[in-house]
Amino acid sequence: MTTDHHHPTEIAPIEARVAAIESVLVEKGVLDLDVLDQIVQHFEDNLGPMNGAKVVARAWSDPDYKQRLLADGTAAIKELGFEGPEGEYMVVVENTPKVHNLVVCTLCSCYPWPTLGLPPKWYKAPAYRSRAVREPRKLLAEMGTDIPADVEIRVWDSSAEARYLVLPMRPTGTDDMSEEQLAGVVTRDSMIGVQRL
Amino acid sequence: MDGVHDLGGLDGFGPVEHTPSEPLFDEDWERRAFRLMIGWIAAQNPSGGRFRHSIERMAPEHYLSSPYYEHWLTGAATMAVEAGFTTQDELDRRAGGHFPLSAQDRGVLPDDLSPRTTPRYSVGDDVRVREWHPPGHTRAARYVQGRRGTVVRVDGAFDIDDIAAHGGGSVADPLYAVRFTSQELWGEAGADGEVVCVNLFERYLEDPQ
Repeated sequence: MTTDHHHPTEIAPIEARVAAIESVLVEKGVLDLDVLDQIVQHFEDNLGPMNGAKVVARAWSDPDYKQRLLADGTAAIKELGFEGPEGEYMVVVENTPKVHNLVVCTLCSCYPWPTLGLPPKWYKAPAYRSRAVREPRKLLAEMGTDIPADVEIRVWDSSAEARYLVLPMRPTGTDDMSEEQLAGVVTRDSMIGVQRL
Repeated sequence: MDGVHDLGGLDGFGPVEHTPSEPLFDEDWERRAFRLMIGWIAAQNPSGGRFRHSIERMAPEHYLSSPYYEHWLTGAATMAVEAGFTTQDELDRRAGGHFPLSAQDRGVLPDDLSPRTTPRYSVGDDVRVREWHPPGHTRAARYVQGRRGTVVRVDGAFDIDDIAAHGGGSVADPLYAVRFTSQELWGEAGADGEVVCVNLFERYLEDPQ
């Protein structure tokens, strides 16, 4: 054979590449797929914005909890049982009539896993990462969220250890709701800051 | 490194393709790539910086044209080759075609590897981000290097990613949130009423002149 098999030019299909490195690492004893499947299942079943919604609903219902949450997000979130990787140092930023907070990771995909789960595709894609720090008001308007001109937009770039959760303003007309009902009002997007409730 | 991953402020990517909700994994290979990386991290315990830098070193055209979990796949395979578990040739052979990997690590350690735990700055202090464009991993995005801002939060000391990513181990450094005005970052294109707060290590900062 004269073909230079050391340097194939055609890129292998993605499924074949996954299988290639996966098989190497299984054979070398690095990966135990049965154990790992259980961890992936945990991500699929137990992590997601329903957790963050409980944190927000508690803060709306209990002024003392809200105070603790803003003072030490990590500890207050742990009170509700949410902790773990990508949530080791949580900072909660509060929306007010004068300040709207927005979270981005321009360098990669940092996101608070215990409270919001794994990030959505658009959060990890170049359009959001490049524009959130450059023209946040315009970007939010394009995404259907108009922030009044007299409201400061405060963008938080998760560039190091802190993982951010936005505490949205409690919507009007929710005075009679239970904490559980309130959690049903909270959306993933409102806790990233791309939506107002 | 001033890599393609350092996207803050770049133009041309168009509208955000937003979805109100989506499955965690669209395709089975994405789930397997995720499983692969968390398995690699669990077994080898690379620092966060080393993990991220394995992706940042992807060829720019590959990074921008590939879906997110292909980044994780490429990073995991690159780290596995660098750790001696496999080779480029073996991966190509098993995949039945070319398996693109990330470029060589060009990072260098700073001379001063001593830990620091007492913050030099306080809330309200004005600071300037050093402008040094390191060849390796950093969390000082290009768009804040050389810019002046104000400390708005002191986070305590954390292991600095720049050193751990390149084999220097766990070295503590005080961490801050620093607020920048839009005009400081984007000049005449900046807007009133928009500020950006960035999480920055003390080693990235200096007194403003």
